[in-house]
Formats: sequence, C-alpha cells, structure tokens
Amino acid sequence: MSWLDFFRANRKPEPDSAAQAKERLQILLAHERIGRTREDFLPRLQQDLVAVVARYVAIDPAKVNVALDRGNDISTLAIEIELPSVRSAPAGAVEAARA
Amino acid sequence: MAQVIVVTSGKGGVGKTTTSAAFATGLAQAGKKTVVIDFDVGLRNLDLIMGVERRVVFDIVNVIQGEARLNQALIRDKRIENLSILPASQTRDKDALTKEGVNEIIEELSKDNDFILCDSPAGIEKGALLALYFADHAIVVTNPEVSSVRDSDRILGVLQSKSKRAEEKRDKVKEHLLVTRYDPNRVERGEMLKLEDVREILAIPLLGVIPENESVLRASNTGMPVILDGESIAGQAYKDAVSRFLGQELPHRFLEPEKKPGLLRRLFGGRAA
Repeated sequence: MSWLDFFRANRKPEPDSAAQAKERLQILLAHERIGRTREDFLPRLQQDLVAVVARYVAIDPAKVNVALDRGNDISTLAIEIELPSVRSAPAGAVEAARA
Repeated sequence: MAQVIVVTSGKGGVGKTTTSAAFATGLAQAGKKTVVIDFDVGLRNLDLIMGVERRVVFDIVNVIQGEARLNQALIRDKRIENLSILPASQTRDKDALTKEGVNEIIEELSKDNDFILCDSPAGIEKGALLALYFADHAIVVTNPEVSSVRDSDRILGVLQSKSKRAEEKRDKVKEHLLVTRYDPNRVERGEMLKLEDVREILAIPLLGVIPENESVLRASNTGMPVILDGESIAGQAYKDAVSRFLGQELPHRFLEPEKKPGLLRRLFGGRAA
C-alpha cells in the first residue's frame, strides 16, 4: 500500500452503482418481457373467451374486455363480459371473473 | 449452403460494425469463404472499417434494383483470401431494401460461401429487421451498460418472433452473446456491470468478451479490422470468439484487471501501456 492510498481512503466511498444497474435492469426487463408475450396472447384469449361464452349466452363480442394489470408482486388478469339485458333476466347483468 | 449470421444489438455505437469486420476477417482467416454485408443503408460504414471505402463502385441497392450484378458490387479483400464485402448504399434510404431482393442476394451468395455475415443497423426498423430475417445465428453485441442490455433483450425478442426461422416455426435462431468494451478495472470498482450480471440477465450462451482497448480506435483509424492486430488484447479476444464460434473450447481471457504498476513506476515511470 502506498502513501497515496492513505488520502484515497479518506474519500467518501461511492455507492456501488453497478449493483443498482443490475437491480434496475432486472425489474425493468421482467416487466418488458411480460409485455412482449401479452401482445401475443391477449387478443387470442379474448377470441377464445368470446367463442366459449357465446355457446351458452348471446353476447356482443365488442363488449368483452380483457385487461392485464401488472403490479410489483402480483399481476391480475381481469376479464369482463357484459351480458345483454334479457327481459326475463335482471337488467344489466355484468359478470366479472378474476384470475 | 452458407450459414447466415446477423451481428445485431438494437442500440447504436456498441460495436456491431467493429465486430462484423473482425468476425468476417477471422472466419476468412480460418479458411472459411465469407462475405460480409452492410445493411445500414444511408449510413454505411463497414467499408470504412474494412479499409475498402475507395473501392466501392456499386452497392446492395444497385444489385436489388438491377442496376448492377452481384459480382460487380462485391469487393474482394486484398489482405485476406476468401473474404468479400457487399457495401450499403450511402444515398438511398432503408426503403430501397426489400425482402425479396435481400433473399435473392443471400441465395446467390449461399452457393459459394461458407458464411454470410449481416451487419445490422441500429434500431428495430426495416434495415435491422431485414438484416436478421434470414439469420441462422445471431451475435448480440452488448456493452455492460443498462441501455445496451435492455436493447439487447428487446432484439432477442424480435429474433424470436420476426425472423424467418420464427415465422416458419423451425429451430430458433442460435443466439450468441458478445460483450464488448468490457473494462475489468471499472468492474472491480463497482462502476460497471459484471460479466456474470449481463449473462444472468440476458441468459444466452456467451461467445466472447472484448475488453475496452485502445487498439479498436487505432484499427478504425487505419481501416484495418482489429482482429488483424494480433498483439492487441481486443484482437486476441476476437480471435478467441471466432474460434469458439467454429467449435473450439477456449477459456475467456482479459476478464481481470491488469497488474497495477508499483508506486515508483506511478511516480516516475510515465504512463502505463
């Protein structure tokens, strides 16, 4: 160790910025990778859902809403299907399924 | 049939063209017939890095538009046998490239080459998409820096969805990570992402690590691919990467800081090499 190091040691240690870089990247990419697959499967999921539900109830395909909500710890997939008001059924029945 | 290799990264300025020039030269040195194509239409630079800028007569757009034959546009390297360069156009824009046109060129080059290297432009626009479309292998050039790693991850997604292999649901494009501008001293000080971090995040096989080195700028100054500078650590690292690509197993080098000069050397000895 040289005498120069004595002065160096007195300087404030800088925070390890590389560790921050790694952490930020891991969080960001985890989200972006979900986004990538979402583009793929959400429209198809919507189509499939409409097809299945339509076998039992007459629904308007335009009134199906599929949303993926990405949170820090958990992500929720919300599927909202509006059923048409039929006179025999209570008006404005809305069925929401959460998974 | 030639193997098609795309050199890509998403981000600009990370060393795609330096890598394309070095890799193509290295493959040719290893006795493989190699052609390297510049896909950066409008901003060509591979010719300059390969030192053939004064020999460009026709370019890839001329060939696609039928204004020149492929053989007229190909520039044969004077230093290395087996190596030729197909330059990009400097005056047209990227729309002058078409999938059909590129397909024809690659098919014709396939007949008498072992490897076709495609030097991709930055971004994920048409030029970059065409450069990777026909690829069998992708060399993903990444700096140990957040924006470069993010863009590399993005381009890996594009390779998996927009390449010809992905569209035809064949075996996926083989991915190779090449970390460039790696500075072991800064890594040791905690200022730069570690190699292990970059590997862990991108999770693709590592082809090589090119250290940050003065020789790279010197090579581009003189138009000589850095792999021809066998004395330099960057040149040696590229040579190792090419050998690994061709199947040899070699340990990764230049990952640790070089020994620091002693106190007297630091005080009186001038600059370290």
